[in-house]
Amino acid sequence: MATMNWRNLGAYADCFLSLGDTGTQSGSLIDFPATVLMARNKKISKRNNGDSDMRKKMVETREKKMGTAFSPSKFAAQPFPLNTTSQNNPLTIPTTASPFLGSTRKLIRLSSSSNLNLRRRSGTVVKENKSKSTPNLLITKEEGLELYEDMVLGRAFEDKCAKMYYERKMLGFVHLYNGQEAVSTGFIRLLKQQDSIVCTYRDHVQALSKGVSARAVMSELLGKATGCCRGQGGSMHIFSREHNMLGGFAFIGEGIPIATGAAFTSKYKREVLKEADCGHVSLAFFGDGTCNNGQFYECLNMAALWKLPIVFVVENNLWAIGMSHLRATSVPQIYKKGPAFGMPGVHVDGMDVLKVREVAKEAIGRARRGEGPTLVECETYRFRGHSLADPDKLRDPAEKAHYAARDPITALKKYLIENSLANEADLKAIDKKIDEVVEEAVEFADESPVPPQSQLHKHVFADPKGSGIGPDGRYRCEDPKFTEGTAQV
Amino acid sequence: MLGHSLLKIRPAISVLRSYSSAAKQMTVREALNSALDEEMSADPKVFLMGEEVGEYQGAYKISKGLLEKYGPDRVLDTPITEAGFAGIGVGAAYYGLKPVVEFMTFNFSMQAIDHIINSAAKSNYMSAGQMSVPIVFRGPNGAAAGVGAQHSQCYASWYASCPGLKVLSPYSSEDARGLLKAAIRDPDPVVFLENELLYGESFPVSDEVLDSSFCLPIGKAKIERKGKDVTITAFSKMVGYALQAAEILEKEGIDAEVINLRSIRPLDRSTINASVRKTNRLITVEEGFPQHVVEESFAYLDAPVERIAGADVPMPYAANLERMAVPQVEDIVRAAKRACYRVVPLAAAA
Repeated sequence: MATMNWRNLGAYADCFLSLGDTGTQSGSLIDFPATVLMARNKKISKRNNGDSDMRKKMVETREKKMGTAFSPSKFAAQPFPLNTTSQNNPLTIPTTASPFLGSTRKLIRLSSSSNLNLRRRSGTVVKENKSKSTPNLLITKEEGLELYEDMVLGRAFEDKCAKMYYERKMLGFVHLYNGQEAVSTGFIRLLKQQDSIVCTYRDHVQALSKGVSARAVMSELLGKATGCCRGQGGSMHIFSREHNMLGGFAFIGEGIPIATGAAFTSKYKREVLKEADCGHVSLAFFGDGTCNNGQFYECLNMAALWKLPIVFVVENNLWAIGMSHLRATSVPQIYKKGPAFGMPGVHVDGMDVLKVREVAKEAIGRARRGEGPTLVECETYRFRGHSLADPDKLRDPAEKAHYAARDPITALKKYLIENSLANEADLKAIDKKIDEVVEEAVEFADESPVPPQSQLHKHVFADPKGSGIGPDGRYRCEDPKFTEGTAQV
Repeated sequence: MLGHSLLKIRPAISVLRSYSSAAKQMTVREALNSALDEEMSADPKVFLMGEEVGEYQGAYKISKGLLEKYGPDRVLDTPITEAGFAGIGVGAAYYGLKPVVEFMTFNFSMQAIDHIINSAAKSNYMSAGQMSVPIVFRGPNGAAAGVGAQHSQCYASWYASCPGLKVLSPYSSEDARGLLKAAIRDPDPVVFLENELLYGESFPVSDEVLDSSFCLPIGKAKIERKGKDVTITAFSKMVGYALQAAEILEKEGIDAEVINLRSIRPLDRSTINASVRKTNRLITVEEGFPQHVVEESFAYLDAPVERIAGADVPMPYAANLERMAVPQVEDIVRAAKRACYRVVPLAAAA
């Protein structure tokens, strides 16, 4: 069965799509909660045996309804694992289990003790790529090397940040992106300069992918005047007007309306201001925890209502600090929330940069053509804790090891080499080059001055000298010209 | 005096005049944890709700051990949805439960401020006494270190300006224990502003404080250090700074009286006024953007009131700018000297 086959489906907009259903035996995240909870609820279903048939009927009618909302596609009616027995329909689990699902520790113990298939995708990346690389490979050599370099830059930079934090050269909160590089690279390398991105506090790598220089980001993290925000923003607030990196927000969910607004501007420019070719797209990056926050839903609604050129990218790494996604969410399959609001919801393996890139191409293309928003759920994983201050005790080491084995950089490297797009030497040269770039960025940041005292009050407002002070050094309200109006006072 | 030698070892300790100085040490974190523990065991209607309060043992480890003791029905890990769970807390309080809602920092309470003000603070009034809301909103407030503008705001002035809310801000472990217990027992909505940097600080506590029925009154300030030349009022972390400033001033012959406000709303006007009428000089210190002033003892003032507050800017990230944006001990010393007319020529400001 052809994997990555959604190209063959025609109009993407009409598909309730799940790239996870490759038809192979292993599960996807859709299966994860189901398969794990299945084992636990075998006991509960035994108790509630009588009702399971009725519930199963309810579930089936619901599925049918969902299927007809979009043109009947072979994907709509079968989102759940193929091996369910009638007793253990995963959709009934939330209703049979107590409202307090209990500790992840229980779930983790279950998953390690039973033979549950925790793998989200079939086999290794290479195997799949081989089978889908029919006549043409997905990328050219140049593209491949570019993707590789971008991911390595992200990884090297974050590792350097960790080193500096432990040497006490960096303070405050530092949230690292190790392991999630495929999402950033896969999406952002397809954007133009005028397209905008908005992230949460885990924003260093997206900024780098968008084009902000490593020097500027490193200086910002060390609180120097040469940082991209002159030391006033910090790790969680990387902004760059030049590269249209709209931040860097500490509150999750806060960036989503901002990105939706940027998309609104793009549409407004095209339709009201008649700037003919304004097809700028916005991307909003956020995590699984954000998908329980009200602002997410409010923006999904408005983006679909007004057909805004935005892509909502969910970096589902299964954990929100120490809160497992499964404990916090009633319906853990985030991609399903798209169709509820009238946009396609796509599910993709976020540890595979090529898959992410293919989905991104279609989603961004859709937005650019004016067909509206898309919700893309990327299953990914962060190798480090939530932040460098997080002891990270709640995540199962087996889970961590599983994902460490699917490191996106190693996978891409393997792909490039096995498909003869590059050789070891090329890649090593890139590694070396990136190390030098990061070292140089640290040196530059170290040698940069701290912000001058006079900067404390600057930029509170857009007035050139900040805090209501005009160009001549006096308060603006003292300037007769400024307070001129037409009213007779 | 033994109290003074303790001060030398740990500058932030408050001088407890009424208790024996051979006292047990307790961190603010332990104080809050024990207060929560005791109140939850005393009253089954009390429950704790917030992000990471359960399995993670609390984002700042304040609720450590509570999940194991009381179970997931009373210590609830919530999804990241402040508006939602604050509202759920208020609804539970309407129906007679006593929720303690934890915000990971009070910055996140902005997502829930609609519920704090509109459904909690105003309800008793709007319903003419029918809907009392015995809820506590607690969490760290104010600046930490290097956490940027969105994690550093002090919300004392915001919440203190709203009628219907009681706003408390403890400094020492004794304050933390007594005020949190009082807040949980109180039938009105209480905003309990802690401070992240104080969590790890140790203070001596007497046996009275360790008793499980210990409770401090809401609306009473504490005179941390008696003096006769100038009154310095402060709350939370700034009390520590004020005490340090008082020591420096003492060497220069200025005897400062330091008042730990403890309760921002209702403000203990009588204590402050009595003090100002004695010393005739007033300096107020707060970390956040400038706000409150006490005008009732105006006739007794020999010098203008000195208000020390944070800089009127969002908190910058760079370490040197951050230091400039919050009050420092030197600022308090300088202000006290100004109020005592002993002005030190300000060198090209530090």
